[in-house]
Amino acid sequence: MPASGHTLNGSEIFIECLRREHVEYIFGYPGGSLLKVYETLYDVKDIQHILVRHEQGATHMAEGYARATGKPGVVLVTSGPGATNTVTGIANAYMDSSPMVVFTGQVPSTLIGNDAFQEADIVGITRPITKHNFLVKDVRELASTIRKAFYLATTGRPGPVLVDMPKDVLNASCVMEWPETVEIRGFKPTVKCHINQVEKAAQKIAQAKRPLLYIGGGVISAEASAELRTLAIEQQIPVTMTLQGLGAFAGNHPLSMGMLGMHGTYWANQAVNRCDLLIAVGARFDDRVTGKVDTFAPQAYKIHNDVDPTNVDKNIKVDLPIVGDAKNFLASLLEVMPKPLENREPWLAEINAWREQCPLSYSHEGDALRTEFVIEEVSRQTAGNAVVVTDVGQHQMWTSQFYTFINPRSIITSGGLGTMGYGLPAAIGAAFGITKKPVVLFCGDGGFMMNIQELVTAVHHKIPVKIFLINNSFLGMVRQWQELFHKEKYSFTDLGESNPDFVKVAEAFGCKALRAENPESAKAAITEALAWNDGPILVDFRVVKRDMVFPMVPAGGSISDMLLARLNPKTMV
Amino acid sequence: MKHLISVLVENKFGSLNRVAAMFSARGFNLESISIGETEDPEISRMTIVTRGDDQIISQVLKQLNRLVDTIKVIDLTRQPHVERELLLMTLKLTKTQQHEIFELINVFKGKVVDIKQKSITIEVIGSPDKINTTIDIFRTYGIKELARSGAVAIHRGE
Repeated sequence: MPASGHTLNGSEIFIECLRREHVEYIFGYPGGSLLKVYETLYDVKDIQHILVRHEQGATHMAEGYARATGKPGVVLVTSGPGATNTVTGIANAYMDSSPMVVFTGQVPSTLIGNDAFQEADIVGITRPITKHNFLVKDVRELASTIRKAFYLATTGRPGPVLVDMPKDVLNASCVMEWPETVEIRGFKPTVKCHINQVEKAAQKIAQAKRPLLYIGGGVISAEASAELRTLAIEQQIPVTMTLQGLGAFAGNHPLSMGMLGMHGTYWANQAVNRCDLLIAVGARFDDRVTGKVDTFAPQAYKIHNDVDPTNVDKNIKVDLPIVGDAKNFLASLLEVMPKPLENREPWLAEINAWREQCPLSYSHEGDALRTEFVIEEVSRQTAGNAVVVTDVGQHQMWTSQFYTFINPRSIITSGGLGTMGYGLPAAIGAAFGITKKPVVLFCGDGGFMMNIQELVTAVHHKIPVKIFLINNSFLGMVRQWQELFHKEKYSFTDLGESNPDFVKVAEAFGCKALRAENPESAKAAITEALAWNDGPILVDFRVVKRDMVFPMVPAGGSISDMLLARLNPKTMV
Repeated sequence: MKHLISVLVENKFGSLNRVAAMFSARGFNLESISIGETEDPEISRMTIVTRGDDQIISQVLKQLNRLVDTIKVIDLTRQPHVERELLLMTLKLTKTQQHEIFELINVFKGKVVDIKQKSITIEVIGSPDKINTTIDIFRTYGIKELARSGAVAIHRGE
């Protein structure tokens, strides 16, 4: 490793900085403005460059890697179209607070603003979807900028940071100066919670008759699952999680209530409705969780812990805001927490009654294959120990309902932005980071087509990702809304006529592929896929077309508006 | 209600854009924004005039703080402060109204900065309220063009 103080060119500095940030993988695609970097990369052995087939794929791969490992994902793309192709992936990482550093090549600084070939103002374009971004104008600022970028991406609430590097900066040379510490005067996130607030929270918790923990992805990124577990069990507080929070608390524990919100469990949503104390940790009261804000947790005293103060009082006014890192909050809470003053048994019994009244269920009639069955079977066969990646839509919601998540960092899904096409590249990225557990992808046939090119990346690197294609030949979630709220006008959501034969497509990419059309063959295919480790494997599950995700709280509705089953029996299959 | 917010930001390209873009992306009202270097050449001060209820203003302040280039955010509204705005205005000049115009310039403690055969350019400094009144009054004399700086404000010294 060259020490600070050696003269290096910009490309060498770039690589050296990645080394110092302990980067294992770069997900990238070369191009004109990055030729110097790729010249340097040619001889680099200790950092692996993964060639994607579309820059959007690189961003989702980096995010999948980041979410699976907790380490920042790194993307490298060229200027202009290379840079603009990363926009969706950056926006996705921003919405879901994933640590990611995106490096873009840029035209030579003398040409910036001249509408040069492959020029795009990517710093301007990504300003509202990055935590921060930089244009490096001088090679002497490259190392310190990269240092800052990694620091910003991983500190406080994680997020994507973009560094734009003009071609001449990468070619120029200077003595590399690596700053050991980072000092950004405008960025001082509050990590440590105010102790008076924590003590007040402890009192409220001890006194509550019907407390409820509402847990978001912040608990996972803060690695605070152990503290959460202790708190919930010692205090006998039931735990409901957001989509990104699943796995923060073991789904097979009696205190776990699964997901809340639009497609959350009946009992979790009833508990929100009835609780007298709501403890939100690392969650942001998203509209998919709250529905109508006026009727959300109407009886509850609300405590909200979040590392980002802008999340507090944004959607819902809370009674006790506590800014700080989730791990710090839960750990300091445990230190001051008295024994519960109230008996929680009646509350837990009330919740169990709801659970028995309306359990999650689906039709087992006939020989038709249902997504719920596939997911439940994968959950059973992997014993909840896989890293599960999803795309966006019905299969994603069913995954939240029918896969039992036991460990943190075991669900990787596009929550905030809802990006179709996220699943396949994110699963590949996760599999680069996690090699000791199976990485399983549930993906609809619509979303699969949106980044299908990355199948090549998986085949080339022999990534043993299990691609469970939930093929209903429909844009299922849109179809569900069309059926429920848009007069059953299935406008442009039927893919049946135009879908390719996915088994043949996969085979053409060099990927092993199976098909399953009934529960029996599905079971066998899942077993075979889980045992297959020589590269990716795709199973084309031909599931029923007209299935719907229930329960469902219609957008903007109250918990009391929850739909528990299909309204119109004539559309049953 | 109206809020006057003073923001210290890194004096870097794009800082103004980040603030302005945040206001539009989050649907906050931005009545005026002005920016200039401070006693420290690495820091610029922005003065922002915005409107909103307490919940919105609290979000505005937090979102401003969240920007990495932002060093300090102060809501001056309920604190002792001085607020000024500069108005430059060119008026039609006619023989019959000349006398009245000059008198009014004195009333508003304005200054004549340029005068031509048929027009006169004046400057007036004052609170945005005073500037509004000035414009209202002079409107009857025929305003050809006007430019306002937006408010600049500072804490009162101790």
